[in-house]
Amino acid sequence: MTTPPFPGQIKDTILQVLAEVAPEADLAGLKPDVSFRDQLDLDSMDFLNFVIRIHEAFGVDIPESDYPKYATLKGCVEQLSGTR
Amino acid sequence: MAEFVMPTLGSDMTKGTLVAWKKQVGDRVAKSEVIAEVDTEKSAIEVESFHAGVIEQLLVKPGETVSVGTVMAIIREEGTQPTSAHASGAHPPLQTVSPKAPDTSLHPASLPTAAPIAGGERLRISPAARKLAGELGVDPVLVKGTGPGGAITLEDIQLSAAPRVTPATSIASPGETSDRQARMRQTIAAAMARSKREIPHYYLSTIIDMGRAMTWLKEENLKRPVTDRLLYGVLLVRAVALALRRVPELNALWKDNAIIQKPDIHVGVAVSLRQGGLIAPAIHDTDKRSLSDLMSNLQDVVKRARAGTLRSSELSDPTITVTNLGEQGVETVFGVIYPPQVALVGFGKVVERPWVVEGQVVSRPVVTATLSADHRVTDGHRGGLFLATIDRLLQEPSQL
Repeated sequence: MTTPPFPGQIKDTILQVLAEVAPEADLAGLKPDVSFRDQLDLDSMDFLNFVIRIHEAFGVDIPESDYPKYATLKGCVEQLSGTR
Repeated sequence: MAEFVMPTLGSDMTKGTLVAWKKQVGDRVAKSEVIAEVDTEKSAIEVESFHAGVIEQLLVKPGETVSVGTVMAIIREEGTQPTSAHASGAHPPLQTVSPKAPDTSLHPASLPTAAPIAGGERLRISPAARKLAGELGVDPVLVKGTGPGGAITLEDIQLSAAPRVTPATSIASPGETSDRQARMRQTIAAAMARSKREIPHYYLSTIIDMGRAMTWLKEENLKRPVTDRLLYGVLLVRAVALALRRVPELNALWKDNAIIQKPDIHVGVAVSLRQGGLIAPAIHDTDKRSLSDLMSNLQDVVKRARAGTLRSSELSDPTITVTNLGEQGVETVFGVIYPPQVALVGFGKVVERPWVVEGQVVSRPVVTATLSADHRVTDGHRGGLFLATIDRLLQEPSQL
């Protein structure tokens, strides 16, 4: 998959990945600046699966030290927009 | 002949509902191969066969609820009865099997019954027709064949199945989901009440310096692509499994007022389900797996626990349970043993604490490990040795 060109598409892809990782989670009211873990009850296994899928969808390398930057929807969009 | 029965998939399971057969009459089944999907109070489970052979009869229909121990299928074990499937020329081979005692009074659409099998006459049916019969729940013995030599054809099976109502599919509606949650709550309630009623728990706790383990893990994960990274919980599971080799009496079950020592170490890992409830499937032979192997197994088992596709052996085999409640900030776990197991190991959150190293107070990441153990089986001394062994193992993470 190539890098999506617009932030809107980036956001859609992130939400799609979240829905795959946590199918039971309610994504409708997701706040962009609150961490996924706090909002969606993700554990470290879920978050690792999220990072793996983001890596696969966007082709970006995400070292462990960068995990905090991907903790929120806003952070993810910022990181992934910057990789274009 | 071997019987495939509704297994016990938890200490308080009394019945289960067949969701679907994964094998049909005439299919070959290997030992440990999934033969059926069964719905229990806790989850949908893929049930494995204890026997290798050929499915002779399926006695329970999808949608039926039966008690634990009910015979659900008959498996003809390898070598117990000769089969004579002759390949002859261009025609598909006809398999021959022993039919049940003929009972012509039964309507063709009658359900298969558990009548004993009698030798004698042989049934002529093609493998395709036999497979279809299995899928449609038709007992071929009760079908009159119209093919060459009285052989049962696909059409004969279809005609026999015509009046039958197809069982509903297993897709859960929202109502069923909340129903399952309620049933899971009841199952947990029963198991935990039994545990607190019957098991004389003793509790031990120790604080483990995780500095070396966390540093090692960080460096190790730097070398690994994101798809192969390890979670810290895997180190804990591995350390518990190896420590059980040193204190094997904690790797046991208590049944009928006796200790049953288990030679194999199958650590059950507590997985919380987002809709509520928890389930603790086994990672088989935990002590024999590398960290990478454990990690992929853990990912797989957590995923399947949440999707409702665990296997029967994963639910019935745990010899101890590990629960890691640190994710939500809990520092200390006071665990309740899952009967008939005799121990549960709990881990809290890794927290930075002042710690004395060589006379100096330094900041170190530490975790509180607790052991809840059955006093009928072990004493605090052995339990203490077990926790100390976990501590020692975690001080040499590269050896895990």
